[in-house]
Amino acid sequence: MSAAEASRLDHGDNAGGLQTLKDGLKVSPELGRGWGLTGILALTMTAGRIVVPIAVQQTIDKGLSGPNGPDMSYVAWMCLVCALGVILTAGASYLTTVRLAINSESGLATMRIKAFRHVHDLPVLTQSTERRGALVSRVTSDVDTVSQFLQFGGFIFIVSLGQMALATVVMFFYSWQLALVVLLCFIPLFASLKYLQRAMSAAYGVVRAKVGEMLSAISEPVVGAQVVRSYAIEKRTQDRIDASIEDYRKTATKAQAITGLTFSIGGLAAGLANAGVLTVGVLLGVDKQATLGELLAFMFLVSLFSDPVQIATQVLTDARSAFAGWRRVLGVIATPADVVDPGEDGVKQARGPITVEFNHVDFAYPEGELVLRDVNARIAPHRRVAVVGETGSGKTTFAKLLTRLMDPTSGAVRLDGVDAREISFESLRERVVMVPQDGYLFDASLAENVRFGRPEVTDAELVTAFESLGLTDWLESLPDGLQSPVGQRGESLSAGERQLVALVRANIADPDLLVLDEATSAVDPGTEVRVNAALERLMAGRTSVTIAHRLSTAEAADEVLVFDDGKIVERGPHAELVGAGGVYTQLHDSWIAQRSAV
Amino acid sequence: MPVPKVPDKGSVTRRGFGVLRVAIWEEPGIFALSVLASMLYGGMTVAGGWALGWSTDHVIRPAFESGETTTGAIVTLISLFLGIAILNAIGVVGRRLGAGVMQFRLQATYRNRVTRQYLKLPLEWHHQHSTGMLLSNANADVESTWFVIAPLPMAIGVIAMLVFATIAMFAADVWLALVGCLVFPLVFIANVIFQRYLQPLATRAQQLRADVSEVAHESFDGALVVKTLGREAAETERFRGPTNALRDANIAVNKARGMFDPVIDGLPRLGVLAVLLVGVGRVRSGGADAGDVVQVAFLFTLIGFPIRALGWVLGELPRSVVGWDRVQRVLTATGGMEYGEARLTSTKAARLQVAGVRFGYLPERDVLAGMDFTIEPGRTVAVVGPTGAGKSTLTTLLTRLVDPEQGAVKVDGVDLRDLARDELAGSVALVAQTAFLFDDTIRGNITLGGDYSDDDVWEALRIAQGDGFVKALPEGLDTKVGERGTTLSGGQRQRIALARALVRRPRLLILDDATSAVDPQVEARILAGLRSAVHDDAGAATTVLVIAYRKATISLADEVLFMDDGRILAHGTHTELQSSTPAYRDLVDAYENDAERRLEEAELDLDAEGATA
Ligand SMILES: Nc1ncnc2c1ncn2[C@@H]1O[C@H](COP(=O)(O)OP(=O)(O)OP(=O)(O)O)[C@@H](O)[C@H]1O
Ligand SMILES: Nc1ncnc2c1ncn2[C@@H]1O[C@H](COP(=O)(O)OP(=O)(O)OP(=O)(O)O)[C@@H](O)[C@H]1O
Ligand SMILES: [Mg+2]
Ligand SMILES: [Mg+2]
Repeated sequence: MSAAEASRLDHGDNAGGLQTLKDGLKVSPELGRGWGLTGILALTMTAGRIVVPIAVQQTIDKGLSGPNGPDMSYVAWMCLVCALGVILTAGASYLTTVRLAINSESGLATMRIKAFRHVHDLPVLTQSTERRGALVSRVTSDVDTVSQFLQFGGFIFIVSLGQMALATVVMFFYSWQLALVVLLCFIPLFASLKYLQRAMSAAYGVVRAKVGEMLSAISEPVVGAQVVRSYAIEKRTQDRIDASIEDYRKTATKAQAITGLTFSIGGLAAGLANAGVLTVGVLLGVDKQATLGELLAFMFLVSLFSDPVQIATQVLTDARSAFAGWRRVLGVIATPADVVDPGEDGVKQARGPITVEFNHVDFAYPEGELVLRDVNARIAPHRRVAVVGETGSGKTTFAKLLTRLMDPTSGAVRLDGVDAREISFESLRERVVMVPQDGYLFDASLAENVRFGRPEVTDAELVTAFESLGLTDWLESLPDGLQSPVGQRGESLSAGERQLVALVRANIADPDLLVLDEATSAVDPGTEVRVNAALERLMAGRTSVTIAHRLSTAEAADEVLVFDDGKIVERGPHAELVGAGGVYTQLHDSWIAQRSAV
Repeated sequence: MPVPKVPDKGSVTRRGFGVLRVAIWEEPGIFALSVLASMLYGGMTVAGGWALGWSTDHVIRPAFESGETTTGAIVTLISLFLGIAILNAIGVVGRRLGAGVMQFRLQATYRNRVTRQYLKLPLEWHHQHSTGMLLSNANADVESTWFVIAPLPMAIGVIAMLVFATIAMFAADVWLALVGCLVFPLVFIANVIFQRYLQPLATRAQQLRADVSEVAHESFDGALVVKTLGREAAETERFRGPTNALRDANIAVNKARGMFDPVIDGLPRLGVLAVLLVGVGRVRSGGADAGDVVQVAFLFTLIGFPIRALGWVLGELPRSVVGWDRVQRVLTATGGMEYGEARLTSTKAARLQVAGVRFGYLPERDVLAGMDFTIEPGRTVAVVGPTGAGKSTLTTLLTRLVDPEQGAVKVDGVDLRDLARDELAGSVALVAQTAFLFDDTIRGNITLGGDYSDDDVWEALRIAQGDGFVKALPEGLDTKVGERGTTLSGGQRQRIALARALVRRPRLLILDDATSAVDPQVEARILAGLRSAVHDDAGAATTVLVIAYRKATISLADEVLFMDDGRILAHGTHTELQSSTPAYRDLVDAYENDAERRLEEAELDLDAEGATA
């Protein structure tokens, strides 16, 4: 992935926390709901936490050292009140958790779905090198990080902050001198925290990068199993994997060491505070400025203060990575879709014969040079157009522009006189369908795959569709017929069979314009000729654009467009071009030589 | 010594302890260290409570009552608390670091084993398992198996802590200790109930996360189809299902947590109140003093949080067992190919024999049957046959990606199964029908890490007719091609794959329809290059088996094998087959026949027009 692309996807990655929050709220409005009550509940549960220190102080000062010795009934009453307080706190805590969970999970689900939908509109998915795995992780693990943080950390974090604040207030209420001692003891921790945090997030940044490297190393023998096996590069592959696993292990362990250190510094600070409070407390007590109960209650307050500090330091790291994950997802949503569905505002076109025009179309892939230059073409209704040209001359690119998988860098593609950018996707995709160069099938049954474009089609219609392309024999030869599984990416079928299935799928979708990009390149000539003849019959009433290296298609077409180096250099019917002495003549000569060689 | 066995049956907890035993067996040293550190931490936590009680009675109360204190007493206080804090910190660092080292080492060990297994298991096995699942076996499953290691030392430290605390409490006062003996087990039981209740919810959420990921993966992988058929909205609906289910599952987990957390949190607090109440009684009856009460109450506060570590371990066990089972499925899979010792020593073109070979992917359907043929060294043979005839399957047998069910494939007279590992790849190169490129540079994709000079690479590219476009790329051989080579056009990908085979100068070259995506002119040049490349001065250096439909490719061949339905129907020269085998003739002449038919139709149309005019 190039730097510029990275920045395109990670749009807003450097936004501050507040900006993230704002953007996040816009995407998931659920997150902003019901904060009034939730806030009151959260305050209640935080307040409940100081019940115990107060109880200790009261017991020691009033219960144990009362004027008439230990005062049982006072302590009993107080404990009862405090117990009620603890139970009330528990109730508030339950309600807070549930309310927060419902809001945040609903918000995250909304965000996940929006991101998923948006990814399908991103050009990177179909035309660039951005790893699909990275896109998948945007709607999976990145969102999960946020969700898990909210489950385990986020809630604790908020409560911890509240508890710290409250403990501080109460400490100052009991004794400002001791409170100062506590804060003083924690200053070294707070001072080093910034540094440690930076070290931690740097360490976890490296860990994340190493995870990515490890995953891509591990995926080699899985996705490329056949190449790895047939070229016997197991050793090299294993070495790469071992190195990446080891790298990850080292960086993860290092990050863990830094976390452990941070956590222990919290503990040290607490120990220091204990010692400090006791020392100063004893000196104050000697001066009669503090009671024994106050001093002991203070020890409980110190732990009430230091526990959340320690927890917060740890959670802060998680918070950082959760925020980063959140920003990444929001970044995807904020990335402008190059190919935008005009949706409701879009033109809805009537079905029927279609005219396509290319007006001064230029196209360049992100960061690349122009691969199409000033392409002009008009494809009339009912015409069968063949597109030929050398490899890499821009034929597939032309087809993708025609079907609006991409938009031109400049110029316009018009369908029935309307700029393709103004036609609603629903209408456009209904009218224009392309069969891409690699016939991708989903890991499902044959029927599910063929039905993909029009789910309402019945099994009987599917059988008819196979029949109309002359594929009945093949269908019948499959042990489970339409229910046969096709395997991952369709790999349980032969390459030619895969293409035939993709062709049936497009035919079922019944478009006005069918674009075939080398859709039968792996099919044997006999079958190809038969299928093409059948398609021709089926295409009566349709317009078709066929890209093929086998020029038999061009011979049969009404018109041929010849591409060379991103330009249309010749056009016209086969009969005219074949004798013209240009690019087409050369291509055709090689074709004839090939076809009739021997 | 073998890895200890994890019981196959029994409760999740029992099996989970089995997994923990494996972990300890794998990393005994670091485990012992982290447990020691954790016990230090546990001991020092209890010591903190004891120290407060002790100093209340011996330093603080006397000072408050007498109104004076000594420097010595103050120094004792400070060093007592600081000392405990320092030892405690050492314990914490040791425990966490130990747990981390152990967890990450175990992860690494098991990832190594899993990936070794991937490289060892046959291609058939790979076909039976989805890419997504294999990736998650090596990553997420290994991770979740060993998550439990993170809290393990702490949990063991907590057990020590509880023992120390019980002793300390009994030393302080029996009645107060009894309160403790009531509260601690209660906290523990609440934890167990909580984990039991949470476990199925958490497992469900985990499963749904996998579902969400699978839908996303598949949908993005097939994005082009989704887009061309305008199914984005439908796909989003499909994604909404598991996403909303995951949302509800997460909310359920949170509700459970929200219910139990305050209980587990509140119990020690109520315990403190009970201690105060009982304590006042004990102090009144003279059985205990204020220090004892403070100590026990403080212990409750200190232990309230760490005691959860026991719950964490118990809570992680089910996940760990699930992960373990999934990883074991890979590790115990059998069927790795057996290799012999034989070597291929010849440097001349290879001789290929296929004798009585039968093969099928599914038990009920043979894809190849009764395959019998021999290719003499240096010959070029075209394999021709209709779609689905079994041609690609044949190539996987010739390169021993799979073994035949019956019969044998031999190179230079040696059964492939007798060859030493990696030996075959030194002699045979396959260019598969679908060009697969790694997410690597062009050079990396051609050399595959082998030791080839740039000159060799360029020469191979030249024969494959790929030198031109590679030179035109700004970074030349160092250009990254993207996942599966997405930045290249179809024909460009094929030529890189071809160069990959050619650079190795194989003695047997197998081309599976390897020029289907290039235009006729380029194909003609590739064929011409091949023709001169496979013939060195001494004659043919390479035996070539080429799967093809076009006559130009067939014309390269000395002989033709015509197959259909997994059988060889004819073997001879092109001319022989053309006269002897009508099916062959129909196939290779299809284009010409079609062109003729069109011509006739056109003439008929013209005649018809002429007639009407
Ligand atoms: N996603 C992409 N990013 C960058 N460059 C690309 C991308 N896809 C194609 N190209 C480049 O654009 C040019 C035209 O590619 P295109 O796929 O349109 O060729 P083509 O005529 O279809 O070739 P073929 O016959 O081999 O399929 C090629 O040079 C190719 O390398
Ligand atoms: N992994 C698989 N599992 C089950 N069946 C398979 C698998 N791979 C191929 N087949 C079936 O085996 C038969 C032969 O397939 P193969 O790929 O060898 O054909 P082919 O001759 O190469 O065809 P093509 O010309 O289309 O490439 C086909 O009917 C196919 O459906
Ligand atoms: Mg193309
Ligand atoms: Mg094949």
